[in-house]
Amino acid sequence: MSASVTPTPTANPPRPREPREAVVIRFAGDSGDGMQLTGSQFTLETALAGNDLATFPNFPAEIRAPVGTTFGVSSFQIHFGSQQVRSAGDELDVLVAMNPAAFKVHVRDVRPGGLVVVDSATFTERNLARAGYEGNPLENGAAAAVRTMPLDISRLTLDAVRELGLSQKEALRCRNMWALGLMLWMYGRDRDATVAWLNRKFARSPVIAQANVAALNAGHAFGETAELSGSMTGYAVPRAALEPGLYRTVTGTEALAWGLVAGARAAGIARVVLGSYPITPASPLLHVLAGLRRHGVVTFQAEDEIAAVCAAIGAAYAGALGVTSSSGPGIALKMEAIGLALAAELPLVVVNSQRGGPSTGLPTKTEQSDLFQAVYGRNADAPLPVIAAATPSDCFEVAIEAVRLATRYMTPVMLLTDGYLANAAEPWRVPDTDALPSLPVRYRTESGGFQPYLRDDRTLARAWVKPGTPGLEHRIGGLERSFETGHISYDPENHHRMTMVRAAKIDGIADDIPAQRVEVGASRGALAVVGWGSTYGPIRNAVERVRADGLEVSHIHLRHIHPFPRNLGALLAGFDRILVPEMNNGQLATILRARFLVNAEGLNRVAGVPFRVAEVVDAIRARVGGASA
Amino acid sequence: MTDTVVREHAAPLSPKEFASDQEVRWCPGCGDYAILKAMQKTLSEIGARREDTVFVSGIGCAARFPYYMSTYGFHTIHGRAPAIATGVKLANPALDVWVIGGDGDMLSIGGNHTLHAIRRNVDLQLILFNNEIYGLTKGQYSPTSRRGTRSPSTPGGSLDAPLHPGPFVLGAGARFFARAVDVQQPQLVHALTRAHAHSGAALVEVLQNCVVFNDGVFDHITARESASDAQVHVEHGRPLRFGKDGTRGLRFDPRTMRLEVVTIGANGVGEDDVLVHDQTNRVLATLLAAMEPPDFPVAMGVLYDDPAPTYDAEVEQEMQRALEAPGDVAELLNSGRTWMVIE
Repeated sequence: MSASVTPTPTANPPRPREPREAVVIRFAGDSGDGMQLTGSQFTLETALAGNDLATFPNFPAEIRAPVGTTFGVSSFQIHFGSQQVRSAGDELDVLVAMNPAAFKVHVRDVRPGGLVVVDSATFTERNLARAGYEGNPLENGAAAAVRTMPLDISRLTLDAVRELGLSQKEALRCRNMWALGLMLWMYGRDRDATVAWLNRKFARSPVIAQANVAALNAGHAFGETAELSGSMTGYAVPRAALEPGLYRTVTGTEALAWGLVAGARAAGIARVVLGSYPITPASPLLHVLAGLRRHGVVTFQAEDEIAAVCAAIGAAYAGALGVTSSSGPGIALKMEAIGLALAAELPLVVVNSQRGGPSTGLPTKTEQSDLFQAVYGRNADAPLPVIAAATPSDCFEVAIEAVRLATRYMTPVMLLTDGYLANAAEPWRVPDTDALPSLPVRYRTESGGFQPYLRDDRTLARAWVKPGTPGLEHRIGGLERSFETGHISYDPENHHRMTMVRAAKIDGIADDIPAQRVEVGASRGALAVVGWGSTYGPIRNAVERVRADGLEVSHIHLRHIHPFPRNLGALLAGFDRILVPEMNNGQLATILRARFLVNAEGLNRVAGVPFRVAEVVDAIRARVGGASA
Repeated sequence: MTDTVVREHAAPLSPKEFASDQEVRWCPGCGDYAILKAMQKTLSEIGARREDTVFVSGIGCAARFPYYMSTYGFHTIHGRAPAIATGVKLANPALDVWVIGGDGDMLSIGGNHTLHAIRRNVDLQLILFNNEIYGLTKGQYSPTSRRGTRSPSTPGGSLDAPLHPGPFVLGAGARFFARAVDVQQPQLVHALTRAHAHSGAALVEVLQNCVVFNDGVFDHITARESASDAQVHVEHGRPLRFGKDGTRGLRFDPRTMRLEVVTIGANGVGEDDVLVHDQTNRVLATLLAAMEPPDFPVAMGVLYDDPAPTYDAEVEQEMQRALEAPGDVAELLNSGRTWMVIE
């Protein structure tokens, strides 16, 4: 099609839009092109249009990589539809590529016949060379399997903002809004929320706000006009049948932060102290919590990971809810201190937003490879509860659960999330806060019969005493202590007994958590697909797909990984085969095998990106038969 | 969450009432005993309350200190006591928090935390037991050991230069630095009292004798016969004089920008030529802190005391301001863009 279509007003009624059940769009460009903002705005407008959705922001570790390079490409994917959407989508229906590098990196993910919108102005010899192309893939048939739509987005944007007198550089920074306008038109979305957001974001430079709005409107108008000339099609994605209620979009990070606040409130703890040191992809939790002073949250940016966890432990010792947040390498640094919290039996919530590893690994990419670290990664016999969030909105409940376990059992709790959950967004039915659990903690104040390590008969937890309480002065620490008095003890029998009671306390949590349920399918059958964490969506979709073909497959998804729910072993025994998809090299599978002596088979993919549904489907079919999709 | 419990005015506790029921397990003759006594005396004198007092320590001989006090105490992990103590103050700034550590704990493995607790100016008393050796691990050289220190890990003598705690903490932005000797109780109690009175991070370096692995390492400073020439006791507003009859003094040479030792009455030096101590002068404090034998006496007492707003107080102010309009969880969840889905 021609790139020189100029929108002109018309009175002709538009054609009816073609219906679509679900669509996957990916916006891709340089890391400075504003792709994350573009995707976030498309997400908001889509949520407001009533679709269910899941997003997958994916960006390089470099903040501003050299312009036009493949390693500097940043992308934002959104999967939305009129049915429940559980994953970010396998294949792209639409790719918006702002330059040749973005085209090169992402075109392979477009489904055959899918649409690729590119800014043709950027397909210069220089940019093509920078992206590593020898010829122009738009012209030499290299992208024949997809429908490419080259539009001179650069010139169309410049035209749209011409009157505002911006520099060429400033004007071209509005290209992303032009592309967004076009996509909003294509799927029949409003622009109101985006216009309001632009006016807020650029409140101090109204000209920039105007330019962005003009570009947005121009992209939208371009779609309308192009449709009239028959060169572009509009689609309609009907509203999803969501449960009635008040909704918002939420990222895993936001839900986690709010869950911690809600958990502290439910526990009656007036102050939350987060100790944190900046690290990708965990820093956003520090940022969100830093804005929650009014909810009693103190955030402390420490000098390092160790100081961050230690400050949280000190705060817990003084009676606050201590929280520390990091990613794998930072958690490794914190481990000695987590052992102290475990030995001193202080409540602590440790959030690990997992990323690719080992070592620095893939800071901005997602992975699930810290499960061993969470369950086993401390010196000595040092058990602690490990729980994992499955979806962005699940982070809210899991955070409350972490607070509950930490304070009820006086123990550090490891809460696992990952880079995908931290950044991904989905619509969330706002819970009724009156219906949230009440989990009040009791600080001990009566001095009669007090010993620092006297235990509650049922939970085996010791009492939480705030310094400042008269008559309860006591000393605790990392040295082994007497079961009876809490004084330092090197007695061999005492150490054995203390090791066992620490284990028994954590093991007892299994009686205080819900029995493991089956997400989809029967509680017996040919195959159980067992997952944990952010693989929830792809596994759920895959199991639903094969079940639709009549296969006896069930999906079991674990929130509590240490200890496991009491019924898990019996549940797994009811299946002929067990498949464990993980974004690691087989960690949960190994634990299940060790714990239950079952033949758990791994489906392991460690690529820094979520599973595609088709990968899981293929693995299921390879085990229980059925024709390939 | 400032938990200030209103209490009846109570009589000050005796030093003994600050001792716990635990048997002290330091080596006989260890300087730590003297510091423990001085601390208990200090707490008694300042009218401290056991319930409001917290001792936080890391690892090492010195770090066993909290077990021997009848206050709240937390014996933590190696080097991290300043960070843990910072957390305690963030949760409850009303608590009176003392950090106890040795030279390995606070300047080697925990050097970073000491540095940052000081530059943040967290309201803590940091008591550095400097014995220039690793005691609990059986005698390896430490970051404050003098060059040439022979130890199990440096049989040929240590090669690396020692860290001087005074210049280090002053360089990190400390607003208080004092130095004392373990067995000079009146001066040590004075230094601890002043550290307690100072609002903000206050570090006291205590020269502490390790009888087993580094016995006598401070003898040239502390021995009765040489102490008066080897120590200068500084006091705000008083001339920096020392020596048996107080005839020696410190003079600033503006040409070399250095301190020099002078004798009053010799070479035309008069009393007015001797520097007067100013505890708010960071440059002077740094010069004094760096003095070492044999050319100079070691400066004892409060070298620097110039308070500034503390981190924990400012955090607390920010929190109290925010909590004037306390947040509501429902309001938080409903903030931003929401929409209704209707049946």
